[in-house]
Amino acid sequence: MEQKIFGDYRLDLPTTKQYITIVFAPLSLPVKWSNIGLSADFIGQYFEAYFPEKEVSDRDITTGHEIKHSISYIANELMENAVKFNQDKALEISLRVRLGFEELIFVACNSVATEKLPSFEKFIHDLISGDPGELLIRRIEENARAGSSSKASGLGLLTIMNDYKAKVGWKFEAIPGKSEVGVVYTMVRLGFST
Amino acid sequence: MTDILTDDYSVKYDQASNSIICKGAFRLNGVAEYAPIAQLLTDVINQKPAEIILNLKELQFLNSSGINILSKFVIQVRQKGNIPMTVQGSKTIPWQSKSLQNLQKLMPTLKLDLEG
Repeated sequence: MEQKIFGDYRLDLPTTKQYITIVFAPLSLPVKWSNIGLSADFIGQYFEAYFPEKEVSDRDITTGHEIKHSISYIANELMENAVKFNQDKALEISLRVRLGFEELIFVACNSVATEKLPSFEKFIHDLISGDPGELLIRRIEENARAGSSSKASGLGLLTIMNDYKAKVGWKFEAIPGKSEVGVVYTMVRLGFST
Repeated sequence: MTDILTDDYSVKYDQASNSIICKGAFRLNGVAEYAPIAQLLTDVINQKPAEIILNLKELQFLNSSGINILSKFVIQVRQKGNIPMTVQGSKTIPWQSKSLQNLQKLMPTLKLDLEG
């Protein structure tokens, strides 16, 4: 496996020179959970400045206010997942957020055990092959039945797809000289209109 | 029942109004860290209240693990069969307009009350 693409991952997006990247290097400094939310709020607030303060149709909130919260939610979920599932502490965990022409582009990066790839691919296949709204409700019901064994609820990406109407894709990359660990990039694209 | 109060969030049960009041930001790490909140919610159900009001009007942020916990609570209430439930929220908190309607899909009789 050199590289594999799943879902709505785009390799051909025009890049802007300005972006924010948060990098965690768990081997040099343990990740503080509270810093994930703090970073997410910072990213949300940073990009809010680029959005006009206008009324949104029937809701008493502004575009900037709404986009700030959406960015904060998505950035927080992507960083939480990347930290939870990162396999090799020697490898960096990161989240990069760019403001594109009609969308915000989030790319989270973490390492993953090669032996876990088949089950991860199945998870992705399930996510992208059904209706996210139905999958979300089904997953919530399953979690309620299953009790508390799982480390993650599996709801983060489903809420990003269903509640925030964002597009999600993944890229797996092999690391030269390492057969047991690879890198997964999770891309979320949040459209907006101004 | 013991209220939960931290720097980032609080959860209180007001027995007189059957209201569970959540404030702040719930961004805890998975099921284990949410256990005290989940326990408080279960304790409320076990008291067999005439109704349950979940007041989220000042809950600014909720991560997906928190959505999982609140959803599980709604399912527990649904399974009791006879406790009317209302979720109170605010339209000025964007995640609530986006995600709270999922709770109604879990329990169609649930009343969702989003203030402007």
